[in-house]
Formats: sequence, structure tokens, C-alpha cells
Amino acid sequence: MDYNKKPLPPVVGKIGFGLLGVGLLLMILAFVVDTKRAYFDYLWMYMFLVSIGAGSLALVALEYLVGATWSTPFRRISEFLASLIPLLVILVIPLIFGMHDLFHWTHESTLASDPLLQAKEPYLNVQFFLIRTAIILFIWVLFYFLFTRNSMKQDISGDPLLTKQSIKFSAVFAILFIFTITFIAIDWMMTLEYHWFSTMFGVYYFAGTIVAAFAAATFCSVMLNENGYLVSKIKNNNYYSFATLLFGFNVFWAYIGFSQYMLIWYADIPEETFWVMMRMKGSWSYFSIGLIFLHFVIPFLALLPRSSKVKPKLLVVMSVWLLLAHAYDLYWIIMPSYFTEGFVFGWSELGFLMFAFGLIITVFKIRAAKTNLVPVRDPKLEAGLNFHLN
Amino acid sequence: MIKNLINKIKEFDTAEDKERRSSKLYGKAALYNTPNQITEAAAVVAGSGYKKFDVYTPYPLHGMDTAMGMGAPKIGYVSFILGITGTSLALLMMIWMSTIDYPNIIGGKPFFGLPAGIPITFESTVLLCGIATVLGLLVLFSKMPKLNSPLNDTDFMKHVTSDKYGLVIEADDEKYIESDVLKLFADTKAYEVQDIYFRESNLTTKTPLFDKKFTGAIIGTAILTAVVSYFTLNYVLYDVVPFDWMRQQGRIDSQSKSDFFPNKSGMREPVTGTVARGFMPYEYAGMPDSAVKLLANPVPVTKKSLERGQDRYNIYCSPCHGYFGDGDGRMRDQFPKPPSLHTEKAKNWKDGNFFHVMTNGQNVMPSYAEQVSKDDRWAIVNYIRALQRAKDAGETDLEKAK
Ligand code: HEC
Repeated sequence: MDYNKKPLPPVVGKIGFGLLGVGLLLMILAFVVDTKRAYFDYLWMYMFLVSIGAGSLALVALEYLVGATWSTPFRRISEFLASLIPLLVILVIPLIFGMHDLFHWTHESTLASDPLLQAKEPYLNVQFFLIRTAIILFIWVLFYFLFTRNSMKQDISGDPLLTKQSIKFSAVFAILFIFTITFIAIDWMMTLEYHWFSTMFGVYYFAGTIVAAFAAATFCSVMLNENGYLVSKIKNNNYYSFATLLFGFNVFWAYIGFSQYMLIWYADIPEETFWVMMRMKGSWSYFSIGLIFLHFVIPFLALLPRSSKVKPKLLVVMSVWLLLAHAYDLYWIIMPSYFTEGFVFGWSELGFLMFAFGLIITVFKIRAAKTNLVPVRDPKLEAGLNFHLN
Repeated sequence: MIKNLINKIKEFDTAEDKERRSSKLYGKAALYNTPNQITEAAAVVAGSGYKKFDVYTPYPLHGMDTAMGMGAPKIGYVSFILGITGTSLALLMMIWMSTIDYPNIIGGKPFFGLPAGIPITFESTVLLCGIATVLGLLVLFSKMPKLNSPLNDTDFMKHVTSDKYGLVIEADDEKYIESDVLKLFADTKAYEVQDIYFRESNLTTKTPLFDKKFTGAIIGTAILTAVVSYFTLNYVLYDVVPFDWMRQQGRIDSQSKSDFFPNKSGMREPVTGTVARGFMPYEYAGMPDSAVKLLANPVPVTKKSLERGQDRYNIYCSPCHGYFGDGDGRMRDQFPKPPSLHTEKAKNWKDGNFFHVMTNGQNVMPSYAEQVSKDDRWAIVNYIRALQRAKDAGETDLEKAK
């Protein structure tokens, strides 16, 4: 194994900073021009960051839990992406101030006049909502520190017991992650239409986060590896594994999304159908059909052939594609509550998206500056470098 | 007997190749210990220009096709095409069944709703794709079944189906030179090298694809399975849920008890004032005069309504009144003869009169309100009018008909 730490090229930092700066400016402007719209955009961006941050942490835990070796040389990348988690705690603060604009159920007058909301009130009230969010964020931050601390320590000591401990952490985290991601999806996105309910909503968001986290990890891994920033260009079946899992989880996303739609379509109950109808109104109907093609059909066909699963260029394109598709998906979930007549994508939305990507790149860059890009003394690393699918 | 059978099976299982091998060499076989060794060996063999060689492993090895220099595998195309076929077949089947063969409105949905069809389309795609991949691999790409390969029943075969990785270079390969092959095997760290000779029968006869015993066994098994499942499902398990052909259902039959409702009656009473569809209560029972005065025929005289009236009349009225209303129906001499419907009285009757007789009954003629719906009764009235008019037809009507 010959790993020489190289600093990332300065252009990465420039792109990250540029996006971050322009995004931030547009965001401030958006709040000045139209506060309510800006809050919805902000929620959209926030959920996207949650997907990348929490999803990446889940991938790290998954690797420990199932004893995967193929991804060990790339695990640091997911760890870096998971560093968004501490920032989520700060970034949530503006949302708390925007709750009145975002959520109808927080209005006193709505509560007084809506018996359905009164029935949900023991769960759906501002105090409990904030407590839940705090608990969820706490769990994520806690496990983020546990996992990264062990991983960093191992770089120095090479102690295999640290891996063992992380496996135990990941067993606990796997269960907690399923709960936390479900609750965050229900609380921050499903309650935008608090009359609506879908028992599959949590899984739907979960599927999306995993696709997004995998896409982000694939993009960074392939880029870094192809340009020689990792252990002398790993050239085995690792790409193939990235691509199959990306493909597989994307199909899983489509499966869950379709199942949710089909059950609503079949039962045809007004309490459930109105959410779908909102997404079929005006130009939203094109947007919804677009979701099927952009998030499922095109990536499906692109990643289906075996040969395409080992082409680095195609993997780079498809992982960026799927990242944007996930943003598209979240937009589809959140924004119809604001743009009720048809979808709008203006400079304000663009600004928030730029900020999200800028933040991800900058965080990655800062973390990569100080730390090895490969967990150099991880006991599974050798197996991961020699990984063959046989 | 059972002991005998077990012994026979054991004997079969451990049977070494009983048939004599000829002195003609089929090829040289090498066994390797690890997947990496065999992959490297395959690459070396392919690289040295051998054409007639093959690799045998207990399970599929990724990357073997490239190592053997076979180029990109084509099996994906077979899977893809058959998968697409599965998709289209499932869709066509469902569209045909639900819109042409047996259209049925379910839950207010269109005859064919795509969302409902997706799961079946998906299953059928996966099914055909899976079958195609397995069969394609075996038949198209591996050229199976090789019933009489010289490799069968050899020590080599035994190993490569359980714990070793094997490579065979055939003796009739153009580049085959014994010393080169042996050197190659040694260089690639083969763990053992074996000579494989042809069987006598390989050289003299060809084994038919459909061996009699083999085909017989397959057909026999199929028939046995069918018969056994038929009797098991229809006789043995006939009363066992869930094999009872859905005879036990969680529904409440009429006139039976149900603990679900407080009054233990399985049947629910309709809300007061409920009227069954099409059965409006008749307000003029026993009051022919007001019926005649207040009832108007709502059914217009059209070809369709006359045909409907004729149809209903022939079913419900003709047994007594005869097909043309003369009172000479098939029931004559068994039931009081009804009067003709062509009397002056009947001709002068209002539509309401006829309706009233049918709905209310008259003396020995019972009410037909239960059997014939309201609209149909009016249609019958129209038809009786047509009968009366037809009886009075004159020369001039012929002119009109032209
Ligand atoms: C079971 C035999 C029977 C059937 C079937 C029957 N009727 Fe009658 N119908 C009679 C008899 C008998 C009378 C005479 C009743 C009486 O004594 O007033 C009669 C009387 C009538 C009369 C009154 C005639 C008059 O001059 O007073 C009409 C009109 C009539 N039926 C129409 C119908 C129609 C329309 C149907 C078919 C829905 C029908 N009937 C079916 C036996 C039958």
C-alpha cells in the first residue's frame, strides 16, 4: 500500500467558496424579497443537506455493520460528507423562526377550527416538534463524533479494537437511523400538509437519502481515485460495487415511490389523494412525470449494462445526475405546498441550491485538508484494496 | 428393500467411471487452489494463443470472461430482450383481458389502470428475464447439455464441482504441444495435472440429446407430480384452510348470527324509509280510478322500448294472454281464461288502466310489480297498444309502410 497524502487542488476550494458566496448572497436577497418563499426554499435546501449528511453517516455505519471491505478505501469520503451533521444543528435555527410561515398547523386559528388537527395535537404541537428535532439532531451528532473519533484514532494507533467498537456503535445507530430519518421526514416534510398521511413516507425519504449519499460518495471516490489522490489508483471491482449499489438503491427508491402512489391511487380516499392531486395541478403534472424519467428511467437505463458500471466517466456523470435528481425529488415533495398553481424555479431557488453544493464542497475540502483521504491503518483496508467480486 | 435402494444410490454416487477409456487423449487438465491463480492461469493460456480450452469452477468468477479473452459477455442482451418481451407480454395480456375479454369496472377505475398493472408487469419481466438468463447461459453459451463429455465422471470433475478450480487444454488445439502445456501449468503453479482420455464410446457413437431413460424420468416425474398434487389438493387437503378452494370465507351469510353487532343479527335492517332500487312504492293500490286519472306513461314509444315491451310481454304475460293478447295463452284450460285485450273496453282504456292491472293485479290475475320493473311495465303498455293497433290494420297501412 502506498498512500501519499496530497492536498486537494485549489480549484476545488475556489468552486466551493464561489458557490457558497454567491448562494449566500442570493439567499439573503431572497429573504428580503419574499420571506415565505425563501423559507420554503430554505427547508428544501436543509432537507437536501440532511440527506447527504445523515445518509453518509448511515453508509459509514453500514460498512461497519455488514463488514464490507470493498468500500473501506473510500470510507473517509463518506465520513467527510457526514461532517455536514454538526452544521445541521446551526442551520436548523432559521427554520425554527420560519415555522409559522411553513406549517399551517402551528397557527392558533387553524387549531381552533380544525377537529382533525385537534386530534393530532398531542403529537403535532410546537414544543414536542422541537424536542423531537433536537433529539434527532443530538443522536446524529453523537454518532458522528463516535464514528469519526474512532476512525481518526485508528489512523494513528492502528488498533483493530476500534473497528470492533465501531461495529457495536453501528448496530445501535442502524436502528436509531431508521427512526430518526422517518421522524425527520414526517415532521419537516409530511406535516407541510398536516391532513395528509402516508405510512410509506419515511421509507420514501430514506430511499432517497441513501441514493443521494451513495451518489455523493461515488462522485468523490471516482474523481479522487482517477486523479490519483487515493492509494495508487484502485482498479478492481470497487467501481462496479458502487455502480450496482447506486443502481440497486435507485430502483428501491422507485419501488417505494411507486408503491406509495399505487396504494393512494387504488384506495382513492380523498384524505390521501389530495396530496397527489396537488402534484398534478398545472405545470406540476409535467414536473411529476419528469421525476419518473429523471430519477428512475434514465439512470436505470444508463446504469443497467454491465459495461457502464465500470466506466469512470459515466459514473461521475450519473452520480451528479442522481444528486440533482434527489434535489428534484425533494423539490417535488416540499414546494407544491408553496407554489400551489404550478412549479417555479427562479434565482431564489437556484441560490439555495448553489449554497447547498457550495457548503458540501467547502466542508469536504476543509476536512480533507487535515485528514488522510484513506483510513490508512484500518484492518480491513488491505482486503478492500485487493477487492475482487469472487 | 430400502437398504438395497440406499446401497444402490451410494454405489451410483461413488461410481468411478466404469467404462474403459481409450488411448486417445482428450486434453490435459490442471487443478488450481485459489480463484486468483485460476484467473491468472486463464489469462496466460489465452495469451499464449490457445483456442480450445475451458475453465471449470465451483461457482462463477467475476472477470473470468475477460481473463479468458472472450470479450464482453453477450448474455446481457438475451436477458434484456427477454425482459422487454416479458414487459410487453404482461401489458398486452392485461390490456386484452381487462378491456376486451372481460371488461369490468372496479372501484370506479378505468378498465385498464396502469398503476394496477405495474406489479404484474414487473413480475413477468423478472420471470422471463431470469429464465432467459439461466437457459441462455446453459444452452446458448455453455452449449449444454454435454451428456457425454469425456470430463464426466473423472476425478477432475469431482474437484472442480466442490473445492478446486480447473483448466483443460484440449489435445486437438492447433498449438498443443505436450511439453509446452506442462511447462505452462507448472509456471502458473498448478497444484495437480491430469490426463483426460476419451471413452471408447465417445469415439464410436454419439449420445443422443434426449436419452431415453432421462426423458422418461422427466416425463414420469411430471405426471407423478401432477397426479399427486391433483389428489392432494382435491381430496386430502380439501377441507384444510387455505387449500379449501375459498369455501370458508369471513363473511356473514344471510339469516345467520353475528357477534359483531349488538343484537347478534347478521343481517342489518335498512334505514326507515329505504326503498329498494327500481321498486318505488305504489300509491294507488286498490284505487284504479285515481291511478287512471293521475298516472301518465313516462316511457316514450321508441323502437327500443317497444322491443323491450315485447320481450317482457312474451315472458310474463303471453302464458295467459297469448302472444297477441287474444286470451289464448299456453295456460288455457288450466287457469281462468283472461279476457281479450282487444275488446272495445280495453281499446278505450287509458295507459294508466293497464299499468294499474299489472301493478295491483285484478281479481284472479296477480300483481306483476315484483317481477317486472316500473319502466318495463310502461313498456309493456306501449307494446299492448301496438298489438291493438296491429289488429285494426287496414289497406291504407300497407301504403304507409311503403
Ligand atoms: C296467470 C295468468 C295471467 C298472466 C300471466 C297475466 N294475466 Fe292478465 N289477466 C289474467 C286473468 C285471468 C284476467 C282476468 C281477471 C279478471 O277476472 O278480471 C286478466 C286480466 C288482465 C287485464 C284486464 C283485462 C280486462 O279486460 O279487464 C289486463 C289489461 C291484463 N290482464 C294484462 C296483463 C299483462 C300486461 C300481463 C303481463 C304482465 C298479464 N296480464 C299477465 C291472467 C293473467
